[in-house]
Amino acid sequence: MAVHPLRLSRFNVTSLVLGLAFLYLPIVILVIYSFNASRLVTVWGGWSTRWYTEFFNDRAMLDAAWMSLRVGVVSATLATLLGTLAAIALTRGTGFRGRMLMSGMLYAPLVMPEVITGLSLLLLFVALDAGRGFVTVTIAHTTLTMCFVAVVVQSRLAGIDRSLEEAAMDLGRDPLRAFIAVTLPLIWPAIAAGWMLAFTLSLDDLVIASFTTGPGSATLPIRIYSEVRLGVKPEINAICTLIVGFIAVVIVLASLVSKLSSARGESAAPL
Amino acid sequence: MSARRIFTAPARLAAIPPYVWMVLFFLVPFGFVLKISLSQTAIAQPPYMPVFGLSEGIDGLKASFAALSLDNFRLLVSDNLYLASYLRSVLVAVVSTLILLAVGYPIAYGMARLPRRWQGIAMMLVIVPFWTSFLIRIYAWINILQHDGLLNKVLLALHVVSTPVVWLSTDSAMYLGIVYSYLPFMILPLYATLAKQDPSLIEAAADLGVSRIDAFWLVTVPLSLRGVGAGALLCFIPIMGEFVIPDLLAGSNALMIGQTLWLEFFTNKDWPVASATAIVLLGLLLIPLLVYDRLQRRQLEAR
Repeated sequence: MAVHPLRLSRFNVTSLVLGLAFLYLPIVILVIYSFNASRLVTVWGGWSTRWYTEFFNDRAMLDAAWMSLRVGVVSATLATLLGTLAAIALTRGTGFRGRMLMSGMLYAPLVMPEVITGLSLLLLFVALDAGRGFVTVTIAHTTLTMCFVAVVVQSRLAGIDRSLEEAAMDLGRDPLRAFIAVTLPLIWPAIAAGWMLAFTLSLDDLVIASFTTGPGSATLPIRIYSEVRLGVKPEINAICTLIVGFIAVVIVLASLVSKLSSARGESAAPL
Repeated sequence: MSARRIFTAPARLAAIPPYVWMVLFFLVPFGFVLKISLSQTAIAQPPYMPVFGLSEGIDGLKASFAALSLDNFRLLVSDNLYLASYLRSVLVAVVSTLILLAVGYPIAYGMARLPRRWQGIAMMLVIVPFWTSFLIRIYAWINILQHDGLLNKVLLALHVVSTPVVWLSTDSAMYLGIVYSYLPFMILPLYATLAKQDPSLIEAAADLGVSRIDAFWLVTVPLSLRGVGAGALLCFIPIMGEFVIPDLLAGSNALMIGQTLWLEFFTNKDWPVASATAIVLLGLLLIPLLVYDRLQRRQLEAR
């Protein structure tokens, strides 16, 4: 299907340029101001990295960052496992009982207001008399992010040609082995992307973490939020820039991984 | 075909762990929200009267049923504070969705008209901000909008205004923050339907003497309504329950329902009322979902 696109009008170009500028300019400004030497956030006092030094001496902030990293890695890993299983069940397990309920439970959290998800999980933890902290936040984040993983992996799985797997079974592999040998390498980029998405979502979440964490175990967004409520501080600019940089590195890594593995997948596909 | 049948059994096994997890941590918690929304407020830890404790046997259970009350829901209806919050949430969500549509459509349309190999890059560029932290994106705007922030400096330098304008703690700032945060959610479904449209339809319209602008309204827009619906739904529902953006950017005189829920829970420690608020919000959110579902079904039947 050779669809040749219509000519771009001047209106198309303008709206694209303005739209992208709108999306990126605020972040660029934030990054520039994080290197501002002046204590007044809005007065330019020359380039400096003093706010970064300040952050690395801020014990409470560092603790919160460490907590967020731990929650992010553990919950993203759990979410990837569960979400991938859910995606397999939804694409391959046609007509099992409760399939409707399963897809409903997986799609609902994607649009559910976070205040409701957070509140309901907290009430569960209180009823179970579970001490709130690392474990409860990790469970909450896993619940939310596994749905995103399931959607990402499912869309990739749905596009996979099943005849390859059938061929492997004709050659005597059992279905599970055929899946692991043939299909798993093909959906690997989607699984990796799902992990990255789950990780960044966890790193980002404020509302659900506020409900499900306990005293003394604040995540980074909770700390940032309480500082931001008091006004703009140059140190926050520096922390935000570090997070943006960190996520940029994660995205670049993710796209490299998916390029590499899809290149390998394509060369391996003819088998 | 045979493969599908053989594979269903392991696929069912694969369903068990995520199934159990979601029932335990998604479905069951809603039972607790419902239960506590029906219980009485108490000054205790946790701050609600227990209902449905199984420790006191059948009599205890009967007493529990008798203790259930709709008081919290009655409060929601009778107190103007809650009614005003719900109305404000609906209003903010409607207005924001309309602005998002107006801003997002031209961008998605431009993307769909880019040469093929550029479309992937444009899509990446729209998705990347979604990966950077939500809170940071709002914070970036606080930087720009504050009293002596960049926006006022630029406006003063250009002599558009003579004194700094108050941007923070206003509804304009809140709408700006919402549009900024939710724009990718609107653009992506729109782009998905627009990119699939066959350009020869526009060419056919042009051959029939229809002007470019008319062809846009007569052909492109009606064929993209699916994407409009999906984008509007993806934005409307989470905006209804939004907490962070109105809390940081809007003033504190009118609250959205997410903020009221937060206030009841964290400040007033009234968990039963917070739970009742959540239940009603859920009920409200079901309406657009059902309408969307109905519309989609009608579309399928019409085919």
